[in-house]
Amino acid sequence: MAENLLEVRNLTITPAGAEAPVLHDVSLSLALGERVGLIGESGSGKSLTAQSVMGLLPEELRAQGTVSLQGFAGNILDAKERTLAKMRSDLVSMVFQEPMSALNPLMRIGDQIAEVLRIHGEVARGDIPGRVLDLLTSVHMPDPNSARYAYPHQMSGGQRQRVMLAIALANSPRLLICDEPTTALDVTVQKHMLDLISERVAAVQAGLLFITHDLAVVAGVCDRVIVMYAGRIVETGSVAQIFTDPQHEYTRGLLASSDLDATDAHGKLFTLKTALSYAGPIDEAGPIDEAAPDDEGEQSSAADRPADVREPAPASAGEASTGDGSAPLIDVSGVSKHFRSRGLLLRRRSPVRALDDISFSVASGQRLGIVGESGSGKSTLLNLLSGLDRPTSGHVRVGDIRVESASSSALRSLREDLQIVFQDPFASLDPRMRVEDIVSEPLIARGIARVERLARVEEMLLAVDLDTKAMRRYPHQFSGGQRQRISIARALVTRPQILVADEPVSALDVSVRSQVLNLLTDLVDDYALTLLFVSHDLGVVRHLCSDVIVMKDGHIVESGSTEDIYAHPREEYTRSLIAATPSLAAALASAT
Amino acid sequence: MITYVANRAIQFVLALIVASVVVFALMSILPGNAAQVALGTNATPDAVAALEAQYGLDQPPLIRYFNWVVGMLSGDFGTSYVTEAAITPVIVGSVQVTAILVIAAIVLAIVIAVPLGTFAALEQRNWIGVTISALSQIGIAVPNFLAAIILVIIFSLTLGWFPSQGWMAPVEGLGGFLIRLVLPVVSLALVQAAILTRYVRSAVLDVMREDYIRTARAKGLTRAKALFIHGLRNAAIPVITVAGVQLATLLVGAVIIEQIFVIPGIGSELVRAVANRDLVTVQGIVMVLVFLVLIINLIVDVLYPIVDPRIRNAS
Repeated sequence: MAENLLEVRNLTITPAGAEAPVLHDVSLSLALGERVGLIGESGSGKSLTAQSVMGLLPEELRAQGTVSLQGFAGNILDAKERTLAKMRSDLVSMVFQEPMSALNPLMRIGDQIAEVLRIHGEVARGDIPGRVLDLLTSVHMPDPNSARYAYPHQMSGGQRQRVMLAIALANSPRLLICDEPTTALDVTVQKHMLDLISERVAAVQAGLLFITHDLAVVAGVCDRVIVMYAGRIVETGSVAQIFTDPQHEYTRGLLASSDLDATDAHGKLFTLKTALSYAGPIDEAGPIDEAAPDDEGEQSSAADRPADVREPAPASAGEASTGDGSAPLIDVSGVSKHFRSRGLLLRRRSPVRALDDISFSVASGQRLGIVGESGSGKSTLLNLLSGLDRPTSGHVRVGDIRVESASSSALRSLREDLQIVFQDPFASLDPRMRVEDIVSEPLIARGIARVERLARVEEMLLAVDLDTKAMRRYPHQFSGGQRQRISIARALVTRPQILVADEPVSALDVSVRSQVLNLLTDLVDDYALTLLFVSHDLGVVRHLCSDVIVMKDGHIVESGSTEDIYAHPREEYTRSLIAATPSLAAALASAT
Repeated sequence: MITYVANRAIQFVLALIVASVVVFALMSILPGNAAQVALGTNATPDAVAALEAQYGLDQPPLIRYFNWVVGMLSGDFGTSYVTEAAITPVIVGSVQVTAILVIAAIVLAIVIAVPLGTFAALEQRNWIGVTISALSQIGIAVPNFLAAIILVIIFSLTLGWFPSQGWMAPVEGLGGFLIRLVLPVVSLALVQAAILTRYVRSAVLDVMREDYIRTARAKGLTRAKALFIHGLRNAAIPVITVAGVQLATLLVGAVIIEQIFVIPGIGSELVRAVANRDLVTVQGIVMVLVFLVLIINLIVDVLYPIVDPRIRNAS
């Protein structure tokens, strides 16, 4: 029939028992060997579209329309499970978002790869071990031979995702679907993974349907982009078209809010609402030869564009960080934290050095970014600062409290002064508590009367731009961004001096991310907060923080003012972090 | 792995020591000493003193405790003051009977519950799944003695297929042994199977939502195959925990079933010893029950790392 590899026609998906479809009349096609990016925020229907192609739609959804794939007879939507099973991984494969849970935890890696070869029987039984080794080698797995005998939990997220890619491409399918394959990975790992996907897809000459909410990611990998919003396709075009001349309002908003280098006339990041004044990612001084963003050039060009002032550091940050020469608010000196594996009889393993001789100080009102990949010791550091854990050696002082030797009552008062917003807005709020109870909980600990508590909660919810109607609702009735606002309200209700934000936007959609970042900026100003902002994303830190420390393997690699570190990274590691951070301008430059 | 097993074994021994102290202390705290209890309220002080001397009850508690523990370690549970017979053979004989009963019951419960629970999960939206869920709900509500009585009325009194009571050791005749085993085992197993079915169902439902099942289907396995190859072993982890607890429950719960079917198990001996005010025997039987429950827990703990490599490495 059609010459296209994939042909989706009038796909409409409705939940059982509901009237309104969640996917409206979606039609798209993908030519042989073509690479298409499918973009949209969570809930836009991009994953449902992909699941329809795989025949993996949840049972409670009813799908109408046709999905046809070259090599598969008939409509995938109508096919029986057994026919679909034969097609999966043979004609079309998928790499999923969550590398941590996508592999069977009880089965060795080699066996899980061998299984996909065995199911389709295209490789002779005796050749399977050799083929497994080849596949692991092809995804650049370090030490592929012993990787065969490892269990998933012994591997990092990036390695597991490599295994997933090896499985997906084992039978050389004609189409590979990647559903946010790098969203859960560190930036440097993400870059390697994206390169690897491009390389392997080219090697087996497969088509690629790449789902993501991150525009910068898609530009480097795909030829064509399809933008989805609220269950509909709103725009489709080449990468260059979409990035330079977006037609639809939503695309423009997405583009604007993705660009952390650009701010509007008030020094705020663009959101979907303010996107109208956004002028597009600036590819200054003509085409850039290298993929690395040329940050200095970008700033110099800011002078030419009064419409959107490009000033990454907020105006107030510079003054605040200089302080008034008094003692710093937070002082960390020579702090180490070692973890020892416990055993009653045998103690063989050497301790894990999560933090090794860390020293830094934070002045009152300073905005300090702490950047590093997973495993660099960021979370351990936060636990020490907030008194949730004690250092093996060294001193931590917050205000006038010596955290390492503080009594429990001193720790209580520390926690009034230092509040944390956590990464996962879905897991960090008790699903069975009303918002008013969640936000007022820190006040109960201080023995504040109910009437005053509720007044304070109301005030905080207004401060984070939530309706006071939210008070009587439960967390599941809110979106991710709204929940993160609730978390922020909860953190600020005790009027702390210090706000610690632990990857507060990394679980959020790009369009929501800029709103939450703007909110944080405002609140830090309004409440004169000292901010510790932990992130793996340099772009976010750059916008928000005046100073930054870069961590790796429990050490501070480099520290200084954010602009300085960006412009002149002294360490190789910092340089690789900056290079790996996806940026629209860089992505566009490499795409065109 | 070795560290893990060694740790569990040490915990087992510590728990056993604590339990032995508690059991001994409880029996010692009871009003009147064992000799007084054994002889009854009408006994003369002289007779009580004589019995005390005969069984060493006049010695300090610490010495008596050590004698008791040392005796048990060498397989001697002492002599009953009431029957004046050695306790060890009574316990050994009755434990065997109860062990057969309980192990047969839990095996039957697992054999019923795993396929039913899995099926109920797979067909959760159909009438089949709903029916299984409803039946297991009823099963939980029925106490095992009621199940026993109903089974006896139907299969023994009405149909006459199985004897309504009695016991025969396997060596005395395999057919007679098996036919007498059926009703007590089924009545013990039904309730446990009903409970276990619900756990298996929810474990399988949880597992079916896991990402690795989706991965398995993306690899080209059908839903059912993905569940069998990747799901069941993952679902086994919570089910093992529950089955271990159930086995311990059965061990103690068998008391009633042994009474109904007149089976000379450890439950019957315990009831008899209590009725006879035979404190030493009660003490011995309770200690054996504690030992068996702890052993079951130890086995369950050791099964975890065998099933789950994450626990193997974490330890």
